[in-house]
Amino acid sequence: MDRIPILKLGGALIVTIQVDMHDRLALALEEDLTAMIARTGARGVLLEISALEIVDSFIGRMLVSIAAVSRVLDAETVVAGMRPAVAITLVELGLELTGIKTALNVERGMALIQARLAEEEDGRGGDRDRHEG
Amino acid sequence: MTIDGTEVLKRAVTEDEAAILGDWTGALRESGSLQSGRIREAELQTQAKAVLGQFRDALAAGGLDADSEGYASLRETLADISRSRAIQGFTPTDTANFVFSLKEPIFEALGRTSGADASALAAGVWAVGKVLDRLGLHTMEVFLASREEVIGRQGQEIAELSTPVVRLWDGILALPLIGTLDSARTGVVMENLLQAIVDEEAEIAIIDITGVPTVDTLVAQHLLKTVAAARLMGADCIVSGIRPQIAQTMVHLGVELNVVSKATLADAFAVALKRTGRKVVRQQTSTEELR
Repeated sequence: MDRIPILKLGGALIVTIQVDMHDRLALALEEDLTAMIARTGARGVLLEISALEIVDSFIGRMLVSIAAVSRVLDAETVVAGMRPAVAITLVELGLELTGIKTALNVERGMALIQARLAEEEDGRGGDRDRHEG
Repeated sequence: MTIDGTEVLKRAVTEDEAAILGDWTGALRESGSLQSGRIREAELQTQAKAVLGQFRDALAAGGLDADSEGYASLRETLADISRSRAIQGFTPTDTANFVFSLKEPIFEALGRTSGADASALAAGVWAVGKVLDRLGLHTMEVFLASREEVIGRQGQEIAELSTPVVRLWDGILALPLIGTLDSARTGVVMENLLQAIVDEEAEIAIIDITGVPTVDTLVAQHLLKTVAAARLMGADCIVSGIRPQIAQTMVHLGVELNVVSKATLADAFAVALKRTGRKVVRQQTSTEELR
């Protein structure tokens, strides 16, 4: 069974989804990612989904649950590069991914994660988060 | 003894065609469709001649049943005329009169051909009334359908025109909404906005609803959906241009718009500039230091 690779870059994990997600793949990803966060102590997760063309309610919920699990393990999830059609579908499904940060592309997503990492190195001062919807 | 009105009518139209055509074009000329200048006399005469010729043929082929096969070409001609009138901007009366004004000349022709035979005249009048009324209605139906088509097309054009996405600054988009928001339009608006966010790599989108006349629960929901979708793409939305009355109505209706909102587009733009780390300063004009 194929799996989605998870890359470690500094204090962040990068996941790029290049294939059509099916349910089992999504579940495997959630498992792998959780294990990886625990092992590496990563503080940020970047989910790059610009190649994802089709979403259903299950994949939407999986995004939410990945973010929730990561938060429990003190890593922040940023979803980057969502296509317009996917965004519309998720909103129509009522999945607004509240609590997950979003970014237009990988560059901005990494900037968000790096900002958080830098902040924490500054002695955990001043919670200057960008607002979350 | 019964007299066949169709036969009487057929005879009158065939024998007296020239006179009928003359009277008819005369009536059309007086009726005022020419005065408006929308159609030339020669064109009107050509149309009248074609219609009368086909009417004669149709009578021979299809009798009095205006829906029958024999009338197909006449119906087609009338539909063309009616359609072009709808586009040229004729009134419904003008269009209907084109057919109805044929009655009088035919009545007169019937009078001439039947002579003193009152029952033949009555049968002929009944026959022509029946056929021409049906044809008149057909003309009106086509006229209205063409009008509807024109209106539909205009509506579509308005919908397309009124959802532009403009770039205010590097990474800042504005979406000035004009007109009522319904589901269909919100779909278009959402798609345009999201595509523009991708194309322009925008960070902030300002949705200006100064031109939206009413905001009810449905419109608010549509707005929220658009904002949520834009957020999923990684762009922030600011809603601006909520008029005082609308703000009051929204609060009274219990509509909650959980987004950043500003009174005017200018305020929203200022916020957007600030968030992207820019600010606008006045060029120094005097010794006085301006912040």
